[in-house]
Amino acid sequence: MCGIVGLFLKNPALEPQLGTLLSGMLETMTGRGPDSAGFAIYGAGDAEDGSVKLTLRGPDAGTLSKAVSGLESDLGLSLSALARDTHSVVAVPAKDEQRVRAWLTANAPRVDVVSAGRRMEIYKEVGLPASVAERFDLAGMTGSHGIGHTRMATESAVTTNGAHPFSTGADECLVHNGSLSNHNDMRRRLEREGLSFATKNDTEVAAGYLSWRMREGASLKEALESSLTDLDGFFTFVVGTESGFAVVRDPIACKPAVMAETDDYVAFGSEYRALVGLPGIDKARVFEPEPARVYAWERNAGTSQTAERP
Amino acid sequence: MPSFDLSRSPRRELNRALHALRQDTNETQWTVSNPEGQHAIAAGLDAPVTVEIEGNVGYYCAGMNKQASVLINGNAGVGVAENMISGFVHVRGDASQSAGATAHGGLLVVDGNAGARCGISMKGVDIVVKGSIGHMSAFMAQAGTLTVLGDAGEALGDSLYEARLFIRGSVKSLGADCIEKEMRDEHRELLYAKLKAAGLAGEVDPAEFKRYGSARRLYHFHVDNAGAY
Repeated sequence: MCGIVGLFLKNPALEPQLGTLLSGMLETMTGRGPDSAGFAIYGAGDAEDGSVKLTLRGPDAGTLSKAVSGLESDLGLSLSALARDTHSVVAVPAKDEQRVRAWLTANAPRVDVVSAGRRMEIYKEVGLPASVAERFDLAGMTGSHGIGHTRMATESAVTTNGAHPFSTGADECLVHNGSLSNHNDMRRRLEREGLSFATKNDTEVAAGYLSWRMREGASLKEALESSLTDLDGFFTFVVGTESGFAVVRDPIACKPAVMAETDDYVAFGSEYRALVGLPGIDKARVFEPEPARVYAWERNAGTSQTAERP
Repeated sequence: MPSFDLSRSPRRELNRALHALRQDTNETQWTVSNPEGQHAIAAGLDAPVTVEIEGNVGYYCAGMNKQASVLINGNAGVGVAENMISGFVHVRGDASQSAGATAHGGLLVVDGNAGARCGISMKGVDIVVKGSIGHMSAFMAQAGTLTVLGDAGEALGDSLYEARLFIRGSVKSLGADCIEKEMRDEHRELLYAKLKAAGLAGEVDPAEFKRYGSARRLYHFHVDNAGAY
């Protein structure tokens, strides 16, 4: 199973409500994924120019704050960290990002960098979606768009590292409903290309695949299009980027997907139930994305567009 | 005329009340409001009653239906009227995947489009879709009719048995063993009867449709394969 939700706001007036709306959508998808939950939020506070936001995750708040003070003293940095339960968002100068990552790997093995970017923050934990949303105060978050995932594990263990979203690069993340059957082979191929993987999870491989394709020069849309031939299995992917989000389903399209579009937003849900709490849903254009077709929305001067509109 | 507000009462209460109806019940007109995409609304009915639902429903609405008429003033999720035995199900919006799957009888009408796998493994139901249908529709369909006023997606009628498919628009591709067949008077009569049942008599010309059916190469034993045994 697994449940996916996504909300992309066209109307900035709704931005203060993003977290509240998204947490309602996430909770409705509990039946599809009670093991763990996670979400990516864009714009909960943009990083200043020249700096990058890292979302760190640790076993507990104490370990995280110790790591942050270690970074400050050892690397001579002055960092502002926003702690939320087992996660902490730390803004670091972009030029120091690699030093920070290297220091964490060497000195704080129990702390993971879940995401990096100017706008994106990722939070995920094991537990019921409602409790995960509450632990991180999702309802209190604001922003332009966000995607969330409720997990029912099939391909790998129920751990925080196996929860979605997976980051695919700076300000980019992926959630997945389905299962990939060629992820072991693809993981080996990507490792030869220099990518590294933290888990045995199939979705992490899909995220790595998209990162690799984009590193080689593909656009997000091109990377998603080539995933249709290179990834084998069932999938509905929702991808978040700094300025938009994209949806693609495999050619067989067994995994469900419903979208709703109004002048104010574009919303995605694994089931229509997830969308019923959105404002003006009665008047929305509700449709199912077609199989093997990439849909993408961008925040361009308040207008939205699909890459390929049915 | 019982009415039921699903934002106030649980769906199981509604379905229990509908399941408890006797064949000679006087409560023959039911209204359901605020379905909000919930699953299995009015599933498993077996009484000559009408249930009208105001809004969008989730999975398996009117599944396993017998005798009842279920009218949905909205969209329907996966598997509407799946395994219907008899009766009438009318979706006034769009239907998701697997509409009318495995259904044995009755009539399913979709005013909008139906998604992938419409009529998959159908076993005698009549399905009329006024819009278009998605890919792999009528996969392994055994009996009944599927009538589509719009277009059909990829792999129509893959591994088809004896269901009859009438498509007015284009067909993106035919599945294995599905072929276009001659439309004779008997087929136009049959199609007219189905259109009439769906309230389309006189509105749509049966001559505009093409008929598709099984080439019967897959499910009959071919003597050339005798050497395999």
